[in-house]
Amino acid sequence: MTEDWQPTADLSQLKSRASLLAAIRQFFAQREVMEVETPLLCHTTGTDPNLAFFRADYAGTTPQTLFLQTSPEFAMKRLLAAGTGSIYQICKAFRNGEAGRYHNPEFTILEWYRVGFDLQRLMDEVTALLTGYLTAFFPELLVERASYRDWFLRYSGIDPLDFNAPVYRAFAEQIGLPEAAELCGDHHALWLDLLFSHHLQNRLPVNTICLIYDYPSVQSSLARLHPADPRICQRFEVFINGVELGNGYYELRDAVEQEARFDAEIQFRTRQGLTPVCKDRRLLAALSQGLPDCSGVAIGLDRLLMVAGQAQDISQVLAFPIGRA
Amino acid sequence: MATYSTNEFKGGLKIMLDNDPCSIIENEFVKPGKGQAFNRVRIRNLKTGRVIERTFKSGDTVEGADVVDIDMQYLYNDGEFWHFMVPDTFEQYQADKSAVGDSIKWLKEQDLCTMTLWNDSPLSVTPPNFVELAITETDPGLKGDTSGGGGKPAILETGAVVRVPLFVQIGEVIRVDTRTGEYVSRAKEQ
Repeated sequence: MTEDWQPTADLSQLKSRASLLAAIRQFFAQREVMEVETPLLCHTTGTDPNLAFFRADYAGTTPQTLFLQTSPEFAMKRLLAAGTGSIYQICKAFRNGEAGRYHNPEFTILEWYRVGFDLQRLMDEVTALLTGYLTAFFPELLVERASYRDWFLRYSGIDPLDFNAPVYRAFAEQIGLPEAAELCGDHHALWLDLLFSHHLQNRLPVNTICLIYDYPSVQSSLARLHPADPRICQRFEVFINGVELGNGYYELRDAVEQEARFDAEIQFRTRQGLTPVCKDRRLLAALSQGLPDCSGVAIGLDRLLMVAGQAQDISQVLAFPIGRA
Repeated sequence: MATYSTNEFKGGLKIMLDNDPCSIIENEFVKPGKGQAFNRVRIRNLKTGRVIERTFKSGDTVEGADVVDIDMQYLYNDGEFWHFMVPDTFEQYQADKSAVGDSIKWLKEQDLCTMTLWNDSPLSVTPPNFVELAITETDPGLKGDTSGGGGKPAILETGAVVRVPLFVQIGEVIRVDTRTGEYVSRAKEQ
């Protein structure tokens, strides 16, 4: 008889998940942030070339292709533009082909938006949420903040804002990544992704919530550029023990700039031979109407459970990972 | 030859890398939150045996390597080459010193082993996990000693040197784990 009907997570992990969800709802209830739900099946998807999506066939009166969301971001911004005030959501997000020790193609995300918060204030709230939950697991939990540039310079000696291919190549060779030059060529963002994920991420301090902020603008995604220095954008990521948990932005409100970024990503997709996608016209319409001044962040809850439960593989915190779904 | 995408990478897959046949040991999917996905792969070069790490962009493809493992019987050594035969087909292969490597010290004529072929040429030879070989030389046995603590070196019929318990004597056949090079037991009585 096959055993693959059984969950891969043990009962204690499933209980931890239930308490985490309860703790998050309590946290936001105390702060009067409203819980919302948005569709998982959407008429369009993000243009981000690094996110592969799932498609679904809708068989209604007008059959059409729908997409499983890669994140609830666009729909939540439409709610913000409609005047909800600060909101949060706990939902599933789907990323095609992402499977590994820290990845399941379907995963649970906590996403929230704070109207009137700048990035530093949102980082305070992320810290409060995480320390509140994690102190039970890490009695000596520390918190550290650093700008991307300072932190990159500290552990590599190279400047992430000033792209200099020979300098980057020499550093990659020194840390045992001679293939980097061929992989990354003169693509600055790709170099940063490679060096960050292969070298710098492993150098983050342990038992510490690390918030790295002010990312290079080549990795701005949906974050606003810094008014004083357009080479950096108002984005942060949060890590624990080298594991990336979340990504936050001081949200871009400019519909024209947003559309230009979509167009650039669509062009990049075409050049790379990736599946073509359409811009989300409903998001652009909402931005034109006016998104309130806000910051937003998404946290991967499966990874948070992994860190808290010291799990080595995401399947240890999921009832049914994709292989058993 | 087939090509493989990084999505298909898994332990045991044979690929070509830097013109050498390699075997994938481990494949880790690495993805910065909003960035490019990579596959960090541990790979064994099947010619040199060296293990290296190499990063690929997710979705990149590499050429497969025409590498197969076949069970063969070791026949004899002619001074230069080691000769093997596929029992079913009687097809014979001759392997050079670099292909047989350290395995030769465990191979007795007629024993079965695994030959790895690349483009139909011998690439490496893997002995069985356990072999039974006679002791040709060791210090005289000590009656009454059963602890085996410490032990003594013994030379086996193939030339391998293994530490054996003090009570084991010349002419006896012993069972050895070739992966660790350690004595396991006396061979069972025939």
